[in-house]
Amino acid sequence: MGHLVSATLAFFTPQSGGSSNADQIDSLYKITLVIALVIFALVEAALLYALIKFRARKGAVPALIRGNTRLEVGWTVGAAVVLLALAIVTFAKLSSIQNPPNSSAEGDKLAGGGGLLYASSERKLPPDGKSLNIKVIGRQYIWQYVYPGASEPDGLGAPYSYEEMVVPTHTTVTLDIVSSDVVHSWWVPKLGGKFQAVPGYHNYTWFKVEKPGIYRGQCAALCGRGHARMIATVKAVPPAQFDQWLEYQKKELSEANQQAKAERAKLNSQTGAGQVENP
Amino acid sequence: MATTLAPVPQVTTHAVQREARGWTSWITTTDHKRIGIMYMVTTFAFFCLGGVEALLMRLQLGAPDNTLVTPQTYNQLFTMHGSTMVFLFVVPMMAGLANYFVPLMIGARDMAFPRLNALSYWLLLAGGIVFYASIFWNPPEAGWTSYPPLSSSAFTPAGGQDAWIYLIHLTGISSILGAINFYATIANMRARGMSWGRLPLFIWGILTYSVLIIFAMPVIAAAVTMLLTDRHFGTHFFDPANGGSPVLWQNLFWFFGHPEVYIMILPGFGVVSEILPVFARKPIFGYKAIAAATVAIAFLGFLTWAHHMFTAPIPEAVLVFVMLSSFLIAVPTGVKILNWIATLWRGTVEFKTPLLFSAGFIALFLIGGISGVFLAVFPVDWQLNETYFVVAHLHFVLVGGSVMTIFAAIYYWFPKITGRMLSEGLGKLSFWLMFVGILATFLIQHVIGLDGLPRRVYEYDNVGNLELYNQISTVGSFILGLGVLVTIVNVARSLKLGVIAGPDPWKANTLEWFTSSPPPANNFDTVPQVRSVEPMKDIRREVERRTGAAAPVSGAVVPAGATQVGL
Repeated sequence: MGHLVSATLAFFTPQSGGSSNADQIDSLYKITLVIALVIFALVEAALLYALIKFRARKGAVPALIRGNTRLEVGWTVGAAVVLLALAIVTFAKLSSIQNPPNSSAEGDKLAGGGGLLYASSERKLPPDGKSLNIKVIGRQYIWQYVYPGASEPDGLGAPYSYEEMVVPTHTTVTLDIVSSDVVHSWWVPKLGGKFQAVPGYHNYTWFKVEKPGIYRGQCAALCGRGHARMIATVKAVPPAQFDQWLEYQKKELSEANQQAKAERAKLNSQTGAGQVENP
Repeated sequence: MATTLAPVPQVTTHAVQREARGWTSWITTTDHKRIGIMYMVTTFAFFCLGGVEALLMRLQLGAPDNTLVTPQTYNQLFTMHGSTMVFLFVVPMMAGLANYFVPLMIGARDMAFPRLNALSYWLLLAGGIVFYASIFWNPPEAGWTSYPPLSSSAFTPAGGQDAWIYLIHLTGISSILGAINFYATIANMRARGMSWGRLPLFIWGILTYSVLIIFAMPVIAAAVTMLLTDRHFGTHFFDPANGGSPVLWQNLFWFFGHPEVYIMILPGFGVVSEILPVFARKPIFGYKAIAAATVAIAFLGFLTWAHHMFTAPIPEAVLVFVMLSSFLIAVPTGVKILNWIATLWRGTVEFKTPLLFSAGFIALFLIGGISGVFLAVFPVDWQLNETYFVVAHLHFVLVGGSVMTIFAAIYYWFPKITGRMLSEGLGKLSFWLMFVGILATFLIQHVIGLDGLPRRVYEYDNVGNLELYNQISTVGSFILGLGVLVTIVNVARSLKLGVIAGPDPWKANTLEWFTSSPPPANNFDTVPQVRSVEPMKDIRREVERRTGAAAPVSGAVVPAGATQVGL
C-alpha cells in the first residue's frame, strides 16, 4: 500500500533521493503542487458548475450583472496572497537547495579547499570551505570530468574521465560547469537541478550522495544531432574505493605520460627533432 | 420584415460598385477584409504544415529507440514546427483576424493605411516561402530558439539557418507594419461615441498585441541581424572565443520571446471576452478589470524574460527578481479567468460551438497557467526546464490557449466572413476531438518530463514507463489532428452548403454584426452612434422600441438595397 502511494506520488513529482538538494526541490515542488491542485480543482469546478447550472433553459432569464468591485478586488488580492505565500516558502527553502553542506565525517578526506581553479561570487562552498571540486566540460557529444590532483604545477595531468563521473559518498561534490563548443546542460535528476554549460562562462552546482549507486542523466540543452545520446552518469562509491580509483587513474595517467615522454625522446633521438626549438 | 413601417435601424448595405473579381483582384487588393482572408487562409495552411511536422515527431517518439527519422531530420522537424507555429501561424493568424474585424468592430471602412496593410501580408507570405524553400536544400536544425554557438556558421554551416533568419526578418517587418496599422486604426478611426471605455475587448487585445509587437520585434530583428553578420561577415557578437557572449543571445531572444507569448495569447483573450457574453446572454463581468488586466499583462510581460534562462549562468538577484515578476503576471491572468467564469455565472449559456471552444479554452489554459507557476519557482524550474514538462506547459498555453481561441473565432466569425453558418454537428465533433486530443497529448508529457526526459531528443531508452507514456501522447496527437481535419471539412462543406447566416446570427454585441454577411466593400453605409460597450444590443432594443416587435430573428436575410437608416 505504501509502495503504491509512493509510486503514485512519484508519477506526479520530480526525481529525488540522490542528493539533499534534489530532495529539497522535490519538497518545494510538492508544496507548489498542493496549492496548484487546490486552485485547479476550485476553478475547474466553478467553470463546470457555471456551464451546467446556468445552461440555457426555457424561461431562464440571464442576470444583468456587469461586475462586482468588492468580489474582483477580493480575488485579485487573494491570488496575490497565494503567490506571496509561495514566494516566502521558496525563500525559506532556498538555502537548503543552493548552499552545499559540509561533507560527513565518513566522507572523503581528499575534499579540501585546494584544487579550486577559479574563484567566483556565484560559486557556493560548504561552511567549512571543503569540497571535492570536479570540472565538468560539455562537448559535442560527451561529458568530460576533470578531478583534482594535478601532478604538474600548471594544473596539467589531472585525472579525468568521460561520460561516467566517479564520486565518493558522504562527500560534498562541487561542480564547475563549462563548455568547449556549444551550449549544453548538465543534468542528473536525482542529484538536483540542471545548469547550462555555456562556452566562455562558468556555472556551478553541487551534490552530496549518501547511497552508493549509479545515477543517470543526460544533456538537457539542444547541442546538435547527437544531443539525445549525450549521456551523463554519476557513479557513487565509498570514499576508500574512490581514493583507490583516483590513485589508479593518476597512476595510469602518469605511466602513460612517462611512456609518451619516452616515445617522444626515442623518436627525437632517431629523427633529430627536438634538438632545436621549433623544428 | 418590417421594412414598410417606421424606419428601422437595421443592417444597411447596397452595392456601391461592382466588386472586382478574379485572381488579380486578390493580388492587387487593399481591402482589409480580403487581406484578412488571405492572412487567415495562408496561416491556416502553415498551421497544417506545422501540424504534419508535429505528427511526424510524435510517430518517431511512439516507440523507444525508433529509427523512423534520422537525428538530423528530427532536429529539422522540431525547428520547422516551432518556427512555423509561432511566426507563420499564431501571430499572423491573429493579425488576420484583426485585419478583418478591427475596422468592422470599431465602425471603420478600412484600415488606416490600406496599402501598408497589403504590404504586411505579402511580406508574411515572402517570409513563409523563403523559410519553406529551405526544405529543398538544408532546413534549419538549431531549434526555434537557435541558440548560438550551435546556430553559428561553425556548427551549423548550412543555409537553412539563414532561411530561418530571413523568416524572422520578413515576418517581423510584416508584424511591425501591421501593428502600427492596427494602432493607428484603433486610435483614430473609431465610430462616434466609441470612447476607450466602450472599446470591444477584442480590440483591447489587438491594441496591446500591437504595442507588444512594436516594442518586442525590433529586439529580435537586431539579434538575428547580429547572428547573420556573425555567420557571414566575421563579427563576433555571440562568439565567446572572440569576446562575444552566447548569453547575450539568450537575453535578446527572450526579451522578445516572452512578450511574444502574450502577443500570441492576448488577442485570444479578446476573442473569448467577446464570445462568452454573447452565448451566456449576459454582459461581460468586469469589463474594466479585463481591459486593465490586458494592459498590465503587456507591461509585466517585458519584465519576466529571464525566467527562460534560470539555468543559464546569471546572478541570483536576477533569479529572484524574475521569479517575483513572473508571479506578479499570474495575478492579472488569473483575474481574467475568474472574470470569464463570472460572465457565465447566472447567464443562460447556449452551447454553440464558439462557446464550447471558449469554455474549453478556459479549462485548458488554466492548466498551462498553473504549470507556469511551477516553472516560475526557479529552484523547481532547475528540475523542469528543458524537459517535456515545459513542452506540456507551452502547448497548454499555445494549443489549449491560442489555438482553441482561434477555433472559437473561426466558428464565431465564419458566418460574418462567408455569409454561411458552419455545421454545428461537425463543429461539436471537432471540438470534442480536439479537447480530448489536447488532454491526451500534453497531460502525460508533464509526467514524461518529471521522469527525466529532456525535450528535443529524437530517441529515448524505455526506462520506467516512458514507452507507454509516449504512446499515449502519440495517440492523443492524432486525435487532435483528426479534430482539426473535421473543422477543415466543415469549412469546405459550409462554404457551399452552409445555412445562410444573415447579418447577425448570434444576436451579438459588437458592430461587425451591424452590416451584412459578408460585408460589402465599404463595410457600412451608415455608422451608428455608439452608446455603450454593446452597441448591437442598443440597436436591437431601438428596433424593438420603434417597431413594437422583436428585432429580426437570427437567420434573417436583408436584401441588398433594403432600408437604410442610421440611428
